[in-house]
Amino acid sequence: MTEALRVKIEIRDLRAGFAGKEALKGLSLDVLEHEILTVIGPANSGKSTLLQAINRMMDRIPGATVEGSIRLDGRDVRSFDAVEELRRRIGMVFAVPVPLPMSIRENLLFGPLLRRRLRGDEADRLVEKSLRAAFLWDEVKDRLDLSALRLSGGQQQRLCLARTLAVEPDVIMLDEPCSGLDPISTAQVEEALRELKSERTIILVTNNTKQAARVGDRTAFLLMGELIEVDTTERIFTKPSKPQTEDYVTGRFG
Amino acid sequence: MDRWISRLLFLAACSSTAILAAIALFIFKEGVPIMVKTGFGSFLFGKVWAPLQGQFGILPFIIGSIWVTFGSLAIGVPIGVATAFYLAEFAPRRYVVVLKPSIELLAGIPSVVYGFMGVIWLAPLIRNYLGGPGLSILAASCVLAVMILPTIVSVSVDAIQAVPRTFREGALALGATQWQGAWRVIWPAARSGILAGVILGMGRAIGETMAVIMISGNATQIPGSMLDSVRTLTANIAIEMGYATGDHRQALFATGVVLFFFIMLLNTVALRVARRRF
Amino acid sequence: MRVPPVVAEKIARGLLMLACASAVAVLLFVIGFVMWGGFRHLSWGFLTQPILDMGREGGILPAIVGTLLMVLVAVGIAGPLGVASAIYLAEYTVEGRLTQTIRFGINCLAGVPSIIFGLFGFILFVVMLGFGWSILSGGLSLSAMVLPTIIRTSEEAIRSVPRPFRDVAASLGATRWQTVRRSVLPYALPGILTGVILGIGRSIEDTAVVLFTAGSAVGMPRSLFDSARTMSAHFYILAREGISNDKAYATAAVLICTILVINISAYGIMHRMMRGRRAPSRSARGPAG
Repeated sequence: MTEALRVKIEIRDLRAGFAGKEALKGLSLDVLEHEILTVIGPANSGKSTLLQAINRMMDRIPGATVEGSIRLDGRDVRSFDAVEELRRRIGMVFAVPVPLPMSIRENLLFGPLLRRRLRGDEADRLVEKSLRAAFLWDEVKDRLDLSALRLSGGQQQRLCLARTLAVEPDVIMLDEPCSGLDPISTAQVEEALRELKSERTIILVTNNTKQAARVGDRTAFLLMGELIEVDTTERIFTKPSKPQTEDYVTGRFG
Repeated sequence: MDRWISRLLFLAACSSTAILAAIALFIFKEGVPIMVKTGFGSFLFGKVWAPLQGQFGILPFIIGSIWVTFGSLAIGVPIGVATAFYLAEFAPRRYVVVLKPSIELLAGIPSVVYGFMGVIWLAPLIRNYLGGPGLSILAASCVLAVMILPTIVSVSVDAIQAVPRTFREGALALGATQWQGAWRVIWPAARSGILAGVILGMGRAIGETMAVIMISGNATQIPGSMLDSVRTLTANIAIEMGYATGDHRQALFATGVVLFFFIMLLNTVALRVARRRF
Repeated sequence: MRVPPVVAEKIARGLLMLACASAVAVLLFVIGFVMWGGFRHLSWGFLTQPILDMGREGGILPAIVGTLLMVLVAVGIAGPLGVASAIYLAEYTVEGRLTQTIRFGINCLAGVPSIIFGLFGFILFVVMLGFGWSILSGGLSLSAMVLPTIIRTSEEAIRSVPRPFRDVAASLGATRWQTVRRSVLPYALPGILTGVILGIGRSIEDTAVVLFTAGSAVGMPRSLFDSARTMSAHFYILAREGISNDKAYATAAVLICTILVINISAYGIMHRMMRGRRAPSRSARGPAG
């Protein structure tokens, strides 16, 4: 039973494209606080573009255009003078785990150290807290100073999640985070997300409809740059109102 | 704060161009007046270099430089390109790991050591078996060839390795031997890259000074054969700068101007060539 | 007369191998001969004694010190300047008119013969700025000469850092400079160091520039404003003036040993730094010259 939740991110009429080719064609969507919103859809439907527009990673791509409004807690994301501040509040986990070539501890502290110095014990606490939240603490607590490159794929992705958490963002966006992972690691990531949503808001882009069904509170279905339907996960998967949605979730295409 | 860093880095990036401009400025400032005074034609094509009599014709040195450079290319290019092909296409992997750094090591040895070796070993050999003073175009060409070898090998290997594997495999799949593949498919494809390397080597050969002074004999005459002694443009500058004054000194700077121009020309050509794709 | 392909293959292989072998043979010959000729006259005293009787006696300590100081000045200037230029070109701009002009400048500078740097250094540092024949003049001129090398190798090293590293840093809220400093540069460090070491090598082997700008004083330099010899310059003078073949060989031996040590430690450092990296970084050295 969902209570009435505040709107954390409000997206209105979002258009985005790369060098002339449109990827998002006027999308409007609300992301509610403390929910897990899963975004599903076939390849090239604009899911990744959506995430990149929200935290303004699109700014880094030459020739990319973004129009429309995106508001975080009521404030337009474009109004942040320093885009870094926005990105600290909206964290991102990429599809391919990218551990930085440093120790596990250094990976985790990378984000926080950008802004301020950390005392030794404060740093240790942050490291432990983030790793626990990502369900990785027990596995690596004895080797925090070893290179992060030595971890397995599943561990690396949880490390990336922990690294994002260390910055303590309000919103976490994940772009197909489990696409390369084995089932156990996938389950651990999903469990972590469930625990996290009580304190944060989570947007999860996934190619895997079953994952969306397992994890999402609400689910949005994107097709070719347009939002076809967004509703509670239960309704999307049992009684979708649009025929394209039904076709996709029942596996007729995708 | 970030903006300041950005500006600082921009200034740093401009430094190279600024230095180049400064070099051109100073050299031209010292050298151009005398070229005008003597007349461009008689400077560049004058056959007599006699500073004490006020005669500044640098043709002998231009010809000397040309002979020595082309001589070094004639020796260095075939050996260099052949070595590159061997390393890139034919040699077993474990050899390459040792051979390639060794060839690159050749580049690290100071040019003057090569010059010295040439004086001690090569010049007497030439003098005894081929005649002439020994310190000659031939000797200089050999020494310079050794010096430009690493450059040619290095760039050629890169050019050869840049040829897509599919070309190679396609040829082999059609029944070609490795040599046929190399000759008929890879060579045409890598040609422009190799040429760029050759031009780079040429630039190095033209610009070399000290080793050439040691080995080329430094006679201020127009040479008649490979066994004759010559003086290159660079050698002339280096030898006489120590005691030149007034017009004489300016004439040496003017020689520098000619060198500079020529190298710039060479570089631009090399850039064009390197950009052309097969 | 058609040569059957199999035979042609064998002949070709043989010729190519011959070419390669001759190149290596020259190397071995030069190094071997210098070492053999030089080691006989080498001693600890040679390395620590002053230059006596214009080089006929004594050692080469002043030349060693001179080389060291000049290389320090040269790389101390060209290093930071070169890396900064490389960072700018790789991280702060997109390709366009401006970068093409800058690159043209760098490429041309790379092709300028060393003697022109000598002339330039002479006019600017020795005469106009009044530094006289000095280590300072020599180092400054050398820095201009090795700058393009450092820029090229550094830029390549920086560009070879995988894109995701930058994306991750940005998504964690890093500014462009923070991304460069904390995420890109550490990874590009081996390649950058290679460039610096290449620059050191070129400074050591150069003779034309230093003779024109640092003079050829045989005394021990006491400050950057003193004239001094480098080992290469000393070797050249000994050899060309016919002063002492023995001492010349010995100097050459020291020179070659130094260069060998530098090259080998360069490879060693590169290897150690790149251990435990996932994607092997391709060689960041550009063509010499």
